[in-house]
Amino acid sequence: MIGTGSAPSPFGQLSGPTVRKVKDPFHGDLLEVSMGPQHPSTHGVFRMDVTLDGEVIVKLKPVFGYLHRNHEKIAENTSYLGSMPYTDRLDYLSSMSTNWAYALAVEKLAGLTVPDRAQYLRIILAELTRLVNHVCLVGFLFNDLGTSFTPLLYAFREREKIIDLFEALSGSRMMCNYQRFGGCRVDPTPEWLAAASRLVDNFPSFLDEYESMLTGNEIMLARTQGVGRLDPKHAINAGITGPVLRASGVNYDLRKVDGYGFYPRFDFRIPLGDHGDTYDRYMMRILEMRESVKILQQAFRELPAGPIMDPKAKLRGFRPKPGEAYGRLESPKGELGFYLLSDGSPNPYRYRVRPPSLINLTLLEEMCLGHTVADAVVILGSIDIVLGEVDR
Amino acid sequence: MESLEQIRDRLLARFPGASITLVTNPGPAAEHSLLLSAEHARKIAMFLRDDAALQLDYCSNATGIDWPDKEVVETKKVAVPDPAGGPDKVVEEKTTRLEPGYLESVYHLYSMALRHGPVVIRMRTVNRSNRVTLPSLTPVWRSCDFQEREIYDLYGIVFDGHPDLRRLLMWDEFKDHPMRKDYVEPDDFEWEPTPHGAVLDRAKTHYPAPEVKP
Repeated sequence: MIGTGSAPSPFGQLSGPTVRKVKDPFHGDLLEVSMGPQHPSTHGVFRMDVTLDGEVIVKLKPVFGYLHRNHEKIAENTSYLGSMPYTDRLDYLSSMSTNWAYALAVEKLAGLTVPDRAQYLRIILAELTRLVNHVCLVGFLFNDLGTSFTPLLYAFREREKIIDLFEALSGSRMMCNYQRFGGCRVDPTPEWLAAASRLVDNFPSFLDEYESMLTGNEIMLARTQGVGRLDPKHAINAGITGPVLRASGVNYDLRKVDGYGFYPRFDFRIPLGDHGDTYDRYMMRILEMRESVKILQQAFRELPAGPIMDPKAKLRGFRPKPGEAYGRLESPKGELGFYLLSDGSPNPYRYRVRPPSLINLTLLEEMCLGHTVADAVVILGSIDIVLGEVDR
Repeated sequence: MESLEQIRDRLLARFPGASITLVTNPGPAAEHSLLLSAEHARKIAMFLRDDAALQLDYCSNATGIDWPDKEVVETKKVAVPDPAGGPDKVVEEKTTRLEPGYLESVYHLYSMALRHGPVVIRMRTVNRSNRVTLPSLTPVWRSCDFQEREIYDLYGIVFDGHPDLRRLLMWDEFKDHPMRKDYVEPDDFEWEPTPHGAVLDRAKTHYPAPEVKP
């Protein structure tokens, strides 16, 4: 239609500018802002539909699904072991604990036992993962607060050392695929154990350095204290788990409650907050890292020799008997559960991931109401989500 | 924590009209579950949450399961009289029967106050049609909010009484329920009607010309 002037609108003539009536002389109209899905503060492809009165949030609806690939359907169409590498991609910052959660559920489903050495190795790797996850979270939280990248790069420096260890052990920095049903895949060498033990011994001095820069910072205190309060009663009802729940003062850590693996043998404490605000959620991570260091030092001291796989476990032709099992553990982000239903075939009939990141977002709106947009960014950062796990 | 049989007996005494059956789990995990009838499920869930001995204040996991229609082959031994007058012949007669399928929702409940669990409860729909309903447990446990939206999205169970039942992961215009066992994916997910030709005529019925306001 070149040369015929402007083409008519397919939907008829649009009206000209209209005058809107102002209902309330003291308040302007509400503004609806779509934060995300490509905004750096949303930690991935996540969107918040925010309704603002001036700069204050009056409504917030999270929108999910941008990273959805129907992980559960794919897992139902492959063998049990076949989805083990795929669980790395759920929470890609802490693949070791995600692997363990899946292995735990399958072991419960099939009634497998795990040798002592493998139990210790699992705890070592899960706690190293917790260090990686928490140190990254703190870095990203300060990014959200506006200190562009300096704390994050300190965090990444330490994280890089730990994921170098993961690479040396499993062959991959982040997609470790390390756990197997009834044990672990490779046995670490004495050199690896010595290097890991050295790293863990040096970690508290890094934490002291990190905290001396961040914890007492005046801007940080002003921006986080009293922001995004979460009261324990609502948090329990909404299924919030992990450090976010414990920041509200609820003593519920699956390492103590379920005592899975060999955690009952370890001496550690559960840090609890008492305000449930963003600052407490930040402090929870710092204190949990210090407790993880204690667990790791004890594990390196007591690590027994022996096999790392249950001799009854089969890699090929693995078919659990019909039945169902729900296995859960304390991942760095909260309670990570796998619900499996077997009909006796090599594939799971039903495979379900209970994602802590998704369910911890249930009360995001309540936490953000009355705060400004800039605070919503910080509150979201303190909840700690990974979109690979939220959208699955 | 009391055993599941004791919980069931206590529930039956408290809710006389309700149907509560124990579903056994044959696997080594041996996590048995209670099958609740839909009409009493919300009241029972409220009771489980508020009862002093149970205090199941935390619903950890809510999920759906699809059980498609199943053909069951039954063999029956039938005596056929011999036309020649001899003794009756015993013949195996096979009959196929269609067992109707259903959708199921499963909840794993724990107590944070008393640190016990899990108590597994499940509900079943009458069939696998597209508008099949179950009561929502979101008014009891807020943690079911996103999870029930996900079940609605992927399995197509409509939860009665859910405050905000929308699709969670698929986009709003999506038609089918991808986690069902008989789901067939479309040839092209990206296909969209563009306003020209026959599509334009149809689109005009959805989008009337905007009204001119003074």
